[in-house]
Amino acid sequence: MRAQQLAQQLKARFGDLLSEPAEFRGELTMQVVDPEKIADICRMAKEELKFDYLVDITSIDNYGEDPRFSVVYHLYGYEHRAYLRLQLSVSEETCQVPTVTTVWKTADWHEREIYDMMGIRFAGHPDLRRILMWEGYPHHPLRKDFPVTGKSTSVPGIAFTEAAPLAGGPFITVAGGKDAMAREPRGRLPETDSTESKGPSQQPLSTGH
Amino acid sequence: MAETRDIQFRDVAGQAAEAAQALAPANDAGEVELQGEKMVLNMGPSHPATHGVLRIVLELDGEIITKAVPEVGYLHRGDEKIAENMTYTQFIPYTDRLDYLAPLANNVAYALAVEKLLGIDKELTPRCRFIRVICVELARISSHLLGVGCYAMDVGAMTVFLHTFTEREKIHNLCESLSGARFTTSYTRIGGLSRDMPPGWMEACRQFLKEVVVNIDETETLLTRNRIFVDRTQGVGVISREDAIDYGLSGPNLRGSGVEHDLRKAQPYLVYDQLDFEVPVGSTGDSYDRYLVRIEEMRQSVRIVHQCLDKMPGGPINVADGKVVLPPKDRVLTRMEELIHHFLNVTQGINVPPGQIYFGHENPKGELGFYINSRGGGTPYRLKIRSPSFVNLSILQRLLPGHMMSDTVAILGSFDFVMGECDR
Amino acid sequence: MKTKTEIGYDSRIEGDVICTRLDAALNWFRKNSLWPMPMGLACCAIELMGTGASRYDISRFGAEVMRFSPRQSDVMIVAGTVTYKMALVVKRIYDQMAEPKYVIAMGACASTGGMYRSYSVLQGIDHLLPVDVYVAGCPPRPEALLDALMRLQRKVAKEPVIATLKKVA
Ligand code: SF4
Repeated sequence: MRAQQLAQQLKARFGDLLSEPAEFRGELTMQVVDPEKIADICRMAKEELKFDYLVDITSIDNYGEDPRFSVVYHLYGYEHRAYLRLQLSVSEETCQVPTVTTVWKTADWHEREIYDMMGIRFAGHPDLRRILMWEGYPHHPLRKDFPVTGKSTSVPGIAFTEAAPLAGGPFITVAGGKDAMAREPRGRLPETDSTESKGPSQQPLSTGH
Repeated sequence: MAETRDIQFRDVAGQAAEAAQALAPANDAGEVELQGEKMVLNMGPSHPATHGVLRIVLELDGEIITKAVPEVGYLHRGDEKIAENMTYTQFIPYTDRLDYLAPLANNVAYALAVEKLLGIDKELTPRCRFIRVICVELARISSHLLGVGCYAMDVGAMTVFLHTFTEREKIHNLCESLSGARFTTSYTRIGGLSRDMPPGWMEACRQFLKEVVVNIDETETLLTRNRIFVDRTQGVGVISREDAIDYGLSGPNLRGSGVEHDLRKAQPYLVYDQLDFEVPVGSTGDSYDRYLVRIEEMRQSVRIVHQCLDKMPGGPINVADGKVVLPPKDRVLTRMEELIHHFLNVTQGINVPPGQIYFGHENPKGELGFYINSRGGGTPYRLKIRSPSFVNLSILQRLLPGHMMSDTVAILGSFDFVMGECDR
Repeated sequence: MKTKTEIGYDSRIEGDVICTRLDAALNWFRKNSLWPMPMGLACCAIELMGTGASRYDISRFGAEVMRFSPRQSDVMIVAGTVTYKMALVVKRIYDQMAEPKYVIAMGACASTGGMYRSYSVLQGIDHLLPVDVYVAGCPPRPEALLDALMRLQRKVAKEPVIATLKKVA
């Protein structure tokens, strides 16, 4: 399989910096041990192994584990038509990864999105601003301790600061809940069942001052 | 009349200052301004040519754009966060509303992604595969019809819009008889489809195909050699092959620049390897090429649907696994095992193994990918939507500078983006 | 013979003369040329376009002149999900519209937040603007939007224009 060969070539070059490629459903995942080297690895993958298309970068919040965050890169080559996934971990204290905008321009917005949604900074990014939420929003919505309804904020100049009223809905399931009862969807505040973080006060949007 | 709230607006001067700040790095302190003052122009988020709620802050020198800062996120609805709190099946309606010009294609993409994670993508029934391909291609036709129609309207030709919408309404009718809704279809289920085609649907579809080719030809007559249209689009917004790849473009925008990449060919899924179709590519990468690629893709889609209708196999539409697909109602009401399956399926969702997958689907707008990270159980731990429009738009900051102000509209239209999917 | 009609043509009076109340006449003008400000934010906007396009043809109700300039429009059709980021923009455009102005909240999202109960979505545009007609549906069919338009026309027809003008003056 082509992807397997390419992964091995990458591994041969970087040795212990990369884990053995793990296969799941026909896709290869390699763990990058040292996040600082990600740009070098990506450059080599792009220039020598022809992974010229950066499909996507995304991030995961492994709440309650250490290191807390993972960043996932999806690479693809037009010529050899193989996918490769690189994954690295960053702790909550560092919360910083070198940018790969120097390798692919498309990384620009992906990294901004991760910064916005997860709060991971990218060192060397040319323009690291929020992209989906507005500038000045104090939270990072995709973190697991952020409830889907939002948290109250008090940033002056921005009008909408209360949590969205859930009004009893939607039926929320706890991902990976311990037993069937916990996993069963029901109207409840997310996270409060699975973690300790305090949920938002469920006050409805008040009308009028 | 509902009560309203008073809201403190940031004053106009403050917003202008903010916009100027966004553009600040352009003017280094020591630079001598010989050209006179540059003007900052705010376009959007409510502007007819931005197809929704895109905002672009443009810096102009006379009529030439010197810097463009696209601002997205005005339609950020939190889909990814919502997905983490739902079972896999519950999320299907949300996929409709990503690229709302082609909901059927999104449904199929999402279902295929979850099926890949479940490891049942090889077990899909043949009939289901063919119907899904028809769905995707109808969605492609529908999306491109709107894309071309709106593009023509943006550059000044209203007729084309009304013309293509006539065909779109026919697709809506087909969708309605297929799924029950005009365009928020939610038609697929994990492991199959929500229902089979109604009787007579195939004939209606054939009839539609006959009519749509006429319409496509007429649209071409109106546009392809139209002097005004050609003048406004040819040589405008040229994306080189290298840039297109570097910025990760996909779909017609990538192929317009001459890169022959189509996931239907490169990573064949469903039954695309059994079908005969071509992938049109452009040569120069300008707006006109992107338009031509869309037109040709519609023709190819028509071809594909014809082939699918001819080859349509019989048999069931859902995989036989009661743990994935809801069992038929009469059995649920009479048998214990099916009852249990039904109950677990509805209350806890499909039990998905731990693992992570990425599935990319050739959507009308480009590569729509779903990355799902599961830790087992009924909900995704993390679901990332790789939306083509989001990535496609990121090239604007490079593409727009150097063009005339009025070209912005011609370039934006040729990108054919959807903000619902861009902002998610 | 109906006597309740507000506008009548009296054939006994010579020439093209119509007798009516000024209120009724003004309202009649207004209600038959409600120019919409299409606030197309999300998926509902596609149905809004569908309503304006060839099959449903909103111009039968005198509302086909979609104006993207708030100064020239009478009714704002909020079609789609209003996010917090967008909300202030919508409000601002509404403020720029000239009186008399009306708002149609099209679809579940604009009316209540719909299926998006999340951190970034305003749970109904009525937190912000006075809504005249709500349209149910996700998205509402074009017929539903036309129905809303007709309801709005009925509402406009009943307005005491002169009395309001006097009050303002
Ligand atoms: S009501 Fe439904 S169709 Fe309309 S904008 Fe909201 S989600 Fe989209």
